[in-house]
Amino acid sequence: MSQGNNTVEPFSVRDCALVAIATGKRAENLRELRDHLMNIHQGSIYYHFWGSLLRPKFDDPQFNNDFAVWSHYSLHDEVLAERLAIIDPKDYDDLEALRRELIDVIEQRLDEIHSPEWVGPGKQFHFIRSQIVVFDTGWRIDNPEHLPNLVMRMSAGSIFYHVIDARRRFPKGLDDFSAWLGGFGDEYAPACKALASVDPYYVTLIELRRKIGSVLRSCFRQEF
Amino acid sequence: MSSIDSYASIAGEEVIQHLRQLAEPLKGLKVVHVNSTRVGGGVAEILDRLVPLKRELGIDAHWEIVVGQDSFYECTKNFHNSLQGKLAPVSDSLLRIFEKTNEQNAEKLRPILEDADLVFIHDPQPLPLLRWCPNRKGKWVWRCHIDLSRPYRPVWKYLRKFVVDYDASIFSLADFAQPLPHNQYLIPPSIDPLSDKNIDLSRSFIQDVLDKYGIDDSRPIMLQVSRFDRFKDPVGVIRAYRLAKGFCPELQLVLAGGTATDDPEGAMVLGEVKAEKDNDEDINVLLLPPEAHKEINALQRAADIILQKSIKEGFGLTVTEGMWKQKPVIGGDTGGIRLQVIDHHTGFRVNTPEGAALRIRHLLGRPELAHEMGIKAKEFVRQNFLITRHLREYLSLMLALLMGDDERVELEM
Repeated sequence: MSQGNNTVEPFSVRDCALVAIATGKRAENLRELRDHLMNIHQGSIYYHFWGSLLRPKFDDPQFNNDFAVWSHYSLHDEVLAERLAIIDPKDYDDLEALRRELIDVIEQRLDEIHSPEWVGPGKQFHFIRSQIVVFDTGWRIDNPEHLPNLVMRMSAGSIFYHVIDARRRFPKGLDDFSAWLGGFGDEYAPACKALASVDPYYVTLIELRRKIGSVLRSCFRQEF
Repeated sequence: MSSIDSYASIAGEEVIQHLRQLAEPLKGLKVVHVNSTRVGGGVAEILDRLVPLKRELGIDAHWEIVVGQDSFYECTKNFHNSLQGKLAPVSDSLLRIFEKTNEQNAEKLRPILEDADLVFIHDPQPLPLLRWCPNRKGKWVWRCHIDLSRPYRPVWKYLRKFVVDYDASIFSLADFAQPLPHNQYLIPPSIDPLSDKNIDLSRSFIQDVLDKYGIDDSRPIMLQVSRFDRFKDPVGVIRAYRLAKGFCPELQLVLAGGTATDDPEGAMVLGEVKAEKDNDEDINVLLLPPEAHKEINALQRAADIILQKSIKEGFGLTVTEGMWKQKPVIGGDTGGIRLQVIDHHTGFRVNTPEGAALRIRHLLGRPELAHEMGIKAKEFVRQNFLITRHLREYLSLMLALLMGDDERVELEM
């Protein structure tokens, strides 16, 4: 196994926090939701799919995005909630493609129902976007064999940055761990392949950390 | 005062490390918070803990208050009521006193405010200070703790003209955001698990408090802790208690409230509550001094059910406190209570005294359900509503404000 490669920069652990910002746009029925989705800031679509991982919420294993949650709890439209909940953002090349899919699903539902339900005060859908504040933790490793232990010590914010946020920075949904290991050549190709198989969407960040740590330890044949 | 490292045993080592790293670029920054009271109410309690923690992280944080005569507080109480939707017109003479009082306070506070890198103005009372600090060098943020979802428009229109000059606003929920020409950040408030209000207490201390107030711990206790304020609906709580008492004759109700120097209506509402109580000896109406944090803590720990039957609520820190003590909470379906009371998981949300009575009966008849909800409630608070999370969001916000409006703020070591 490699003991480090002089041509590859050390892996630098970063951490992040999200700052939520109200866009001021709100929807009181499904048609309004569709209309806002046509031109809402991309960051808002990102926030409503991924932001829940880093913000106060009660674990609801049924739904992984805010659009599905709103359809279920406020519109009480179970058909729509199911269709929205199954949308997996990592299946889409970019946020524009995800936006189009959301609009398609909602328009199909609008075709099926006679008139959209209106929700009462306090039940509107509020479009929120976020700023991400990224900082360097000062942790560095240059030996890939140390990566599994490093991952297991990372905060939820670090996991978000290196796995979820990385998908916006790299094409084809690469995470930072795979990108770094790829720099060492084919030696860590199996680990990269195993990392690609970890689904980051349907789990909490702490579960995701455990899964990634476990996958890397298996690849590096390290004891748990 | 607890050191920041003391929170590691509750929130985790990584959370404290995270705070120190986030605060590193902010060391030496001059930050001033301004509100209108040092004691009483959630804002004062938060600042009492948040400001020392910021200082411990190396930020030069200060807490100032504006002061005024009774007519100033009468005016700002009307603002509070109006912003939460009550039709409460404010006379021109009171508005002049409001502005004049801020002008007078600005004379005293101007040097520290104009010199600050960041100023956080809490709620409407000190809003006009900005206008009296023309040479301010820092960014000014209005932190609104009030449920502003459906304000009485004429009063909001008047206050909005002050708000628009700020660099940003902070609200507890997206539902409270209003059309404004600057960023509206969303930060829910928090409780401090190491404060007297929330620390663990010995059984003997709790018993002493119950004995002091003549509360029988062998019988079910339901408790609402809040200022005597109509938005907290204490009279509705008594009605719910009376309906539930039909099913559970042993039930006792404790209404514990304090006073705040900026709340002139408290005495009037307390009178209404006492009238509604009549001669019922199983209703304990307790007017506690502002420093009675441990007694409130004891009452919350002794209670079987916590109520917060508000009809408007900015956030409801007493809900968070009750949940932290592993109690199910029956809360009004409004404002920040919706963020905390997850129906059928951490408690129940209700709209009427009848709804509250139904849920009281439901929980008293199912102690195992109440216990299970209490466990979920405490964990939910641990993950989301402790001061460490609040501090992290403030630090992130401060960095975002200082580094620009980009979607991504990258800090280099």
